[in-house]
Amino acid sequence: MNSPDTYAAIMEQKATIMRASIGIDYERYATGRLAFDYERLLADTSYDIGTVHAIQRRTAVGDTPLLELCNITQLARAVSAPGKGARIFVKDEAANPSGSFKDRRASVSVYEAKKRSYPGVVAATSGNYGAAVASQAAKAGLRCIVVQEAFDSQGVAQPEIAEKTRACEAYGAEVMRLSVGPELFYVFLRVLRETSYFNASLYTPYAILGIETLGFELAGQSKAQTMRFPDMVIATHAGGGNVTGTARGLIKAGATATQMVAASVDLSGLHMASDHDFNRKSFTTGHTGFSLPFTTWPDRADVPRNAARALRYMDRFVTVTQGEVFYITQVLAELEGLERGPAGNTSLAAAFALAQQMNREQVIVVQETEYTGAGKHPIAQLNLARQMGITVRRGNPHDNRPGDTIVIPQHPKQLGVIDVDLEQVRRSYLRHALGSLAEGQQPSATDVAFLAAETRLTEDDVQEVIHDGYHKSR
Amino acid sequence: MTEKAAKHTWVEIHRIILQPGQRAPQVPDDTQQVPLEMKAKGFLVHDATIGEQVEILTPAGRTLKGMLTVINPAYIHTFGAPIAELSAIGNEVRAILNGRETQP
Repeated sequence: MNSPDTYAAIMEQKATIMRASIGIDYERYATGRLAFDYERLLADTSYDIGTVHAIQRRTAVGDTPLLELCNITQLARAVSAPGKGARIFVKDEAANPSGSFKDRRASVSVYEAKKRSYPGVVAATSGNYGAAVASQAAKAGLRCIVVQEAFDSQGVAQPEIAEKTRACEAYGAEVMRLSVGPELFYVFLRVLRETSYFNASLYTPYAILGIETLGFELAGQSKAQTMRFPDMVIATHAGGGNVTGTARGLIKAGATATQMVAASVDLSGLHMASDHDFNRKSFTTGHTGFSLPFTTWPDRADVPRNAARALRYMDRFVTVTQGEVFYITQVLAELEGLERGPAGNTSLAAAFALAQQMNREQVIVVQETEYTGAGKHPIAQLNLARQMGITVRRGNPHDNRPGDTIVIPQHPKQLGVIDVDLEQVRRSYLRHALGSLAEGQQPSATDVAFLAAETRLTEDDVQEVIHDGYHKSR
Repeated sequence: MTEKAAKHTWVEIHRIILQPGQRAPQVPDDTQQVPLEMKAKGFLVHDATIGEQVEILTPAGRTLKGMLTVINPAYIHTFGAPIAELSAIGNEVRAILNGRETQP
């Protein structure tokens, strides 16, 4: 065993490896003990929305259709009170080259890597992002390595991830598949150190700015098709990039009154680093296993400062059950002739419920779809679930138990959302932030302003939490 | 049955990256007790037999080492048998839309 390559030894080199592989000096942006200049971090990349659009035009990314789901809207109206049932639209991001909105993130990351003459790019992801990076790297003539967490200790591969492996290999990338564990990041660091490739992280400014065009486009498309900006946009929420980039794009398009909703599949009770639990979930992303930790502490990512800061942008945060997402995926295929998802339909499940509370002339946009096929498809996922001993049955969505039972609704009126208490989430974020200060350190005025911006609380509210915290710890 | 593969054949290799006891401190007990394993695919740099330690050239143009496990590894992920709980949904929702729903 090489002692320099132990887990601890590599993690100690994290900062050095990150600096070389991202090329951003994050420390330049620090303005306080906690605070940093978020907007300048993004602006210094010079990727304004026009530039991003031009890059994406050249790489076949973006300009995806906004589709009205007339039959699903009718179905929602059939179970709504009179006058209720907003028009449901979906932005068909599956139309992107590798089949998901992740192409938008990858296009800017790869463009930057090529501009700075890196020989290749590396991404640590088991999701669509790996295929997106591989696809964009192929176009750019760069090498690509994708590191995935793909199978459990019994050798059972998650079929959705097996399909991503196949896609990445189809685009000419090297794929390293790992068994379950957060040491994915440790292996990723070793690959970066050995290859000196660019870190095409999901969380760099490049990756986040790449998503702004999504929000910008859909605002304009909504205006053109309905004469109004969307009343609500729902984004599937995991690490926070989707919510952040889309919201920023909406704001840049002038859609400042649009309500931004984050939606995640509820996987509470499952441990994300557990070998046992790994194949007992049907969704490998877009779930609370990512979204709760990343919302309450974004800087846990594979970069020093996460450019995805969803708490700044979300007006509402809801969860749906696995069974409801499978149900709406079937409905999308059978009523609209669109075979997509299922993970990319998490927001559609939420939209179906939320549309029933809104008026008929209002517009709700589901901001993405993803491609589907072998391994990803609901049939594949539910067969895996049964193989792993999970019960799959029809019934009331409330009876969903992640890792134990998947309950598929019996009627559309059973679809609903559960609100995540944003006040609690904001306070949890503040506790994390304040907890990261050294003993006796006080947040500065700049820190307080920063924390207020991060949580959309007032500075007085932030001060109250600070004083509560310090009082209670004595 | 031993299987041999010639240089340049597309294969899969396997390697242990971290043994139990070397894992990240924060992983739960069930994960602590199993090794961190790696699988990767590439083109053999030399002739080899299943079970041997080999070197492969990956699509990224670098070499990786590990035990040769599969020659020309197949993609086996698929759909499987239809799920009855999903198959029933289409007729149900069409009946609602057409006003033919017989039960809530």
